[in-house]
Amino acid sequence: MGKKLGPKIAVWKFASCDGCQLSLLDCEDELLSLAAVIRIAYFPEATSAELAPPYDISLVEGSITTAHDSARIQQVRESSQLLVAMGACATAGGIQALRNFSHVEEFAAKVYAHPEYLEHRSIDLAHSPPALRAAGDPLCGQDRLSGAPGILNRATAIAEHVPVDYELRGCPINKRQLLEVLNALLNGRRPEIPTHSLCLECKLQGVSCVMVSHGIPCLGPVTQAGCGALCPAYQRGCYGCFGPSESPNTAALSEALLQIGWQRADVMRAFRSFNAAAAAFRQAGEAYAR
Amino acid sequence: MVASICHAREVAKREPTILGREGLSALLDTLRANGYQLVGPVVRAGAIAYEAIAGLDDLPAGWSDSQEPGRYRLSRNDSPALFAYTVGPQSWKKFLPGAVTTLWQAKRQPDGGFVIAEPPTAAGNYAFIGVRPCELAAISIQDRVLQGGEYCSTAYLARRQKNFLLAVNCTRPGGTCFCHSWGTGPKASANFDLVLTELLSPPGQRFLLEIGSATGAEIAVQIPQQIASPHELAESAQLLERASHQMGRTLATAGVKELLARNIEHPHWESVAERCLGCANCTMVCPTCFCTTLSDTTNLTGDQAERVASWDSCFTLAYSYLHGGSVRSSRQARYRQWLTHKLSNWFAQFGEAGCVGCGRCITWCPVGIDLTAEVGAL
Ligand code: SF4
Ligand code: SF4
Ligand code: SF4
Ligand code: SF4
Repeated sequence: MGKKLGPKIAVWKFASCDGCQLSLLDCEDELLSLAAVIRIAYFPEATSAELAPPYDISLVEGSITTAHDSARIQQVRESSQLLVAMGACATAGGIQALRNFSHVEEFAAKVYAHPEYLEHRSIDLAHSPPALRAAGDPLCGQDRLSGAPGILNRATAIAEHVPVDYELRGCPINKRQLLEVLNALLNGRRPEIPTHSLCLECKLQGVSCVMVSHGIPCLGPVTQAGCGALCPAYQRGCYGCFGPSESPNTAALSEALLQIGWQRADVMRAFRSFNAAAAAFRQAGEAYAR
Repeated sequence: MVASICHAREVAKREPTILGREGLSALLDTLRANGYQLVGPVVRAGAIAYEAIAGLDDLPAGWSDSQEPGRYRLSRNDSPALFAYTVGPQSWKKFLPGAVTTLWQAKRQPDGGFVIAEPPTAAGNYAFIGVRPCELAAISIQDRVLQGGEYCSTAYLARRQKNFLLAVNCTRPGGTCFCHSWGTGPKASANFDLVLTELLSPPGQRFLLEIGSATGAEIAVQIPQQIASPHELAESAQLLERASHQMGRTLATAGVKELLARNIEHPHWESVAERCLGCANCTMVCPTCFCTTLSDTTNLTGDQAERVASWDSCFTLAYSYLHGGSVRSSRQARYRQWLTHKLSNWFAQFGEAGCVGCGRCITWCPVGIDLTAEVGAL
């Protein structure tokens, strides 16, 4: 009797640093048992072997920043049964979404000696997926080409382009949460991914609050749990890399941060990092940019 | 006058006695020799934490704290005082039975069926060192909740079966304490095995020891001690009398149950919700909050499953999630749930209040929301 073949998993990269994909390889202890129950169908970071679509689960890292990627994510979605967006880039746009508050041309001119070398290919509608061709616009929604051809004005989360089944937060993601999602999907149960504040995680682990006991500014009360209270455990404030919690009161926290010594610009910068474009953090950043 | 050293066996049954630092050290050693694991206060990352200790030298000598809403600072001076701190962010619920407990495990069998087993919670045989009077009250509240009724936590029971409570009276209350409002402190009156009062006046550091249970007496007879002098008894009484006037906060407890019940719809809940982060710190640090959430997990191959209970809070959206959404979707509904449960609905449920006046929820709220002030505003 042949063994049942495990689900086919594909790992995709968009605009990102590869850190979240590495979390999968970082599952050292579990990697072998994982490899025994799944089939890696597409994972260029780890293997050059490829299996043809469709895929049972696609893990997507990175945000959409080019016209080419906005077409490619449609193809990924079409070829995947379940799509898991992983990391701050894929769930909120990532650090590169800072461009959303400014002008891409300016950044490009500052960073590159020859910004004109940046992606010059014009968008070929004939090669876009059918749905996009019908819409006549390869850029999904309100985005338009920026001054640099092919580069979008905004870096956006995967969910702004296609339906997403699960989101894993963090910069990078927590490997236990990644395993939990895969494990749950393999076993047909609901993944245990809490959406409450990081503070609960501090308390569950017996980490004493850095804000109350040291006056260290911390975004934990408005940030989603999941990292294991990594920063507070080392007596640092949370940087908010897991993005907004389920019901974040950023206004009240910002007031408290001012009271323990931050300036308005500090508050703005705190919210403008890995999850700058996530709605609650974007609003908080905007409120303190003025 | 120097009290004479007397035979411990005679003394322990009767009068309060006096221990020196060596005597207290001997008491801790005796507890260990009697099969207890010592857990007590230590300084950890700028706060008092409760952890396993080896003996007297691990106690926070010279450390004390200042507390106000949303602010806690530890500082040290050259005083030999071991119990000059007040309660910190942790409480004994860390061990009773703790933040995360496995309730059962299931294993798939070769025939396709499965077997369910309840993993035993290690009894721990904990001796808690330095339990404050408000904490004694909190433990007896949790006793009623977790082992009093129809639904009993076997893990809690296992931990409470052999659990020595060495209490310490509070001679130095904190800025957010209000145990005197509930009558739960600053002097321990029940639910302890032994209780100490630390005296620092000349001729030097010593501890008044009083017995609260037969188990306490059995331990006490094993250590050298002296009969307390009338002067020492008077000093202890004076310190505790003074402490009851030094509480940083007061709560009008008379009628508070009715006050909250009358004000379920009150504009003030909205004002709290504007300040409240919904972060759940208040419930996590509260020594009486007992809520847990259950999660079911599997191993990768699906051959094993387990159900785990971990601390939860009525401040999370998942807490009140029923089919279709969360019942308490607004922060004001969640804050109201917390306050009305602690101070009003707990009476209907368990016949008493769910608050002992320890002040933790006030100190450890990152934005300093003060339950006594919120009640005052209703
Ligand atoms: S350290 Fe930060 S995340 Fe942890 S309890 Fe304090 S405010 Fe919350
Ligand atoms: S409600 Fe606050 S003061 Fe009362 S027992 Fe809980 S933490 Fe202590
Ligand atoms: S106040 Fe909330 S967390 Fe605490 S016992 Fe009541 S319902 Fe549970
Ligand atoms: S009262 Fe304070 S500690 Fe409690 S949820 Fe609100 S902000 Fe957090």
